[in-house]
Amino acid sequence: MAVLVVAAHDGKTVRANVANAVAAAGQMDAEVHVLVAGSNAGEAAKSAAAIQGVAKVLQAEDAAYANWLAEDIAPLVVKLAPNYSHIVMAADSVGKNVAPRAAALLDVAQVSEAIQVVSPDTFVRPIYAGNAMATVQSTDKIKIVTVRPTNFKAAAGGGSATIEQIEGTGSAGLSSFAGAELSKSERPELTSAKIVVSGGRGLQSGENFKMLETLADKLGAGLGASRAAVDAGYVPNDYQVGQTGKVVAPDLYIAIGISGAIQHLAGMKDSKTIVAINKDEEAPIFQVADYGLVGDLFQLVPELTAAIEKK
Amino acid sequence: MKVLVAVKRVIDYNVKIRVKADNTGVETANVKMSMNPFDEIAVEEAIRMKEKGAATEIIAFSAGPAQCQETIRTALAMGADRGILVQTDADLQPLAVAKLLKAVVDKEQPGLVIVGKQAIDDDSNATGQMLAALLGWSIGTFANKLNVADGSVEVKREVDGGLENIKIKMPAVITTDLRLNEPRYASLPNIMKAKKKPIETLAPDALGVDVAPRLKTLKVEEPPKRKSGIKVKTVAELVEKLRNEAGVI
Repeated sequence: MAVLVVAAHDGKTVRANVANAVAAAGQMDAEVHVLVAGSNAGEAAKSAAAIQGVAKVLQAEDAAYANWLAEDIAPLVVKLAPNYSHIVMAADSVGKNVAPRAAALLDVAQVSEAIQVVSPDTFVRPIYAGNAMATVQSTDKIKIVTVRPTNFKAAAGGGSATIEQIEGTGSAGLSSFAGAELSKSERPELTSAKIVVSGGRGLQSGENFKMLETLADKLGAGLGASRAAVDAGYVPNDYQVGQTGKVVAPDLYIAIGISGAIQHLAGMKDSKTIVAINKDEEAPIFQVADYGLVGDLFQLVPELTAAIEKK
Repeated sequence: MKVLVAVKRVIDYNVKIRVKADNTGVETANVKMSMNPFDEIAVEEAIRMKEKGAATEIIAFSAGPAQCQETIRTALAMGADRGILVQTDADLQPLAVAKLLKAVVDKEQPGLVIVGKQAIDDDSNATGQMLAALLGWSIGTFANKLNVADGSVEVKREVDGGLENIKIKMPAVITTDLRLNEPRYASLPNIMKAKKKPIETLAPDALGVDVAPRLKTLKVEEPPKRKSGIKVKTVAELVEKLRNEAGVI
């Protein structure tokens, strides 16, 4: 039986992490279908059809699907589930909201945030903020799996799957969308950026984050933060990297003024190269850093920005 | 309105965990245990609702071994009114906990259930969503701010791109995110008072719930270690290494 990937999208294209989810799904079964549910989701369905490895896209049009309310999307997933061996979603804020609801309605467990597909019923997933790796085997007939996108290389483009229109399931009438307050940024999205510059409590204020913005822009980097910096109000919540925030694995992660609590390390320790700049040479961040620089960030960051400029 | 909060006993967030030598799990013997931090936020939110007059009674629920009494006592010391413990030594997974919670919700009929968005031990992030599904209730995950009014809850949610506002009908399940509130510490007089508050103990069988795990844990291992890096002395040296050794800029 095939695998169904449930794709989040913005109306025009499916999220970049859908290509990672498709790659993961391809390791569970050779036949991968993608569900694109929405209101006017034609363009998004086309973008899903272009992902290599996708055999078929199911496009479900319904006004109820416009804002991805779990109460409305989950019944559609449940209706389609009997045709599939696995339902897969990226472990982002949409997948984490929708997939467990569908799982409970189907009376099956969810494998949360798998980082490796060992076999079609066996997965590796991090527990305890990534300080242990559990290999779990699902005994359920339908397996609901959310996958951590950074652990699966995105499937390439250039595919041409067929798009099939399917009926929606309507609104459950339990919830309604009342607007979003999204952070506006020209910088690359944190979870897909090749370079990430992150700041912590050491920055001392939101104003001082401007210094990191300048560095990030020089590097074409995404901007992240530790929980401490978000809690202190220096930057918005969607900047948070860590166990309960975003998980990133860029080629280069530059941690500035971040001490390196295990909860933060959980969100970035799979980065290829890690740089830490901190005045405290005992800071735990240096234990995972490839290159550590001990000193005053207010002096070192402008110096680093200038040094990168002179190529 | 009654509010039910679920509290999980987990290894304290400050403890560096150790994987058992036989790879069957994580060492929990002689390790400091505490309430899951996200559940503390759930308890705090319920107490604030009661203080504002929006809630009349707060029930703290836990499931697990007898020691979960202590976790419930912590919730009672913070300000919950009474406790319910579903006592079992079984390995409880999110779907089983959601079923136990549903059985208690059916009995107690709360207007809201508030739970942490994830437990910091298994990191599943699923129980609240599953409970809402089993009850056929609406769900507000990753709550950053709540406003209860006229039979519905306005929920500001922490999502990938920032914040999102939804309005959900009550009864509802809420899962808490970090910025919802800052939980209080229990005062000594309240810790003393909590000792007299009632805790009811139930068995999964009595609730008619099969808690058998659906996921078999085959093994638990240490994550691969990063090899330790070096300290550089200057920015110039750092840039040189990043360009020529790591090749990342």
